[in-house]
Amino acid sequence: MLSKRIIPCLDVKDGRTVKGINFVDLRDAGDPVELAAQYAQQGADELVFLDITATHERRKTMIEMVKSVARQLNIPFTIGGGISEIADAEALLNAGADKISINSAAVKNPKLIEDLAKNFGVQFVVLAVDTKHIDGKNIVHLNGGRLITELETEAWIKRAEDLGAGEILLTSMDHDGTKAGFDCNLLGKINKMINIPIIASGGAGKTEHFTEVFQKARVDAALAASVFHYGEILIPDLKQELRRNGIPVRI
Amino acid sequence: MIGIVNYGAGNIFSLTAALERQNIAYGMVNTEADLEKYSHIIIPGVGHAGAAMKKLEQTGLVDAIKALKKPVLGICVGMQLITKHSEEGDANLLNIIPLNTKLFNKDLGIKIPHMGWNNVDFKNNPLFQTVPFDTQFYFVHSYFIEYNPTFDIASVNYGNKFSAAIQKDNFYGVQFHPEKSGEAGERLLKNFSNLSL
Repeated sequence: MLSKRIIPCLDVKDGRTVKGINFVDLRDAGDPVELAAQYAQQGADELVFLDITATHERRKTMIEMVKSVARQLNIPFTIGGGISEIADAEALLNAGADKISINSAAVKNPKLIEDLAKNFGVQFVVLAVDTKHIDGKNIVHLNGGRLITELETEAWIKRAEDLGAGEILLTSMDHDGTKAGFDCNLLGKINKMINIPIIASGGAGKTEHFTEVFQKARVDAALAASVFHYGEILIPDLKQELRRNGIPVRI
Repeated sequence: MIGIVNYGAGNIFSLTAALERQNIAYGMVNTEADLEKYSHIIIPGVGHAGAAMKKLEQTGLVDAIKALKKPVLGICVGMQLITKHSEEGDANLLNIIPLNTKLFNKDLGIKIPHMGWNNVDFKNNPLFQTVPFDTQFYFVHSYFIEYNPTFDIASVNYGNKFSAAIQKDNFYGVQFHPEKSGEAGERLLKNFSNLSL
């Protein structure tokens, strides 16, 4: 049976891993390559690296870091942050990235999704969406939540699927950093709309939140950062707990 | 020593990294003469099967690959290439193993691509030697190889039962990515490198 995936996310700035509380006040939590190897050892199913400085500081890629990670890591990983052209994606693919995650660049140029899917296959293209609840609607935000768009989250995700996105990474900005649990209502709603895998992100604080998001929203994967980085949740314990609750996991 | 067919379809870095971690020597196959240099051949591949087949044809290696008598391992799209036909791009493939590569049926209530770790039910085959029973491997694909007991050496369930690994004589294929499947995947690569015919 296909397992539900547990995905630690490593936000990277200047080659170091950081995690913001609601994307402000960055804290340093270590060396990404070392952390990656440790997570693989613990039983993480894949990893996501997001270069959170990429968009506004124009840092395009982390090719050297990606190569170092690919040399050491025996599980899949995704790279996001500042990818806006086919050439960026190709360089990351050749450096060993399994998937790339695009966000702002896809909103500005939706055809990028289509072009990436045609060149590298849909399995390579993860669409990351940061969403915030505003006046009864779910609205797509960019630049780590700093910039509002006119797009409604549901419509944007549906369109991205049609264009060739292979997976959705949905982060609730209202829940991110709160440690109060994932946005199960929104995740469940989106999950029913689409036929590609969805990764839940934003709000993980305790083990029960993972059980809840898999049971209620029936997502394919759940992503978290600080609870893993600071050892508040250990992946082997989390997976045992998920298994006890009848959720298929890889142990 | 393993020769990797270098035909421009995908992510060879991860594969070579996995071989290096296992201390398995490798080199690249660019020409027909290169095929002679290696004891084992890997055909990697990600992306579109039809496009991959076109790239392979451009290398001029098709006939030489089909004539190989040494162990050959196709990975993911590289495995699909050794089948007869893919629905992806309605492409005629190498037809080394007479099987069809088909698109997952979303009416079965499954997400496409099949992405993640799934349990592999493998037969007693040297490729899986010392791999623990029911081990999970990492899959990412939208097309699958139909189950046929004659060539199946490992099966997996996702919507329907299909082949996770196939074999005919010296030709092997795995749908999952051993280079991304943790220790079990590394074990499988090691087993392949030790195969003798």
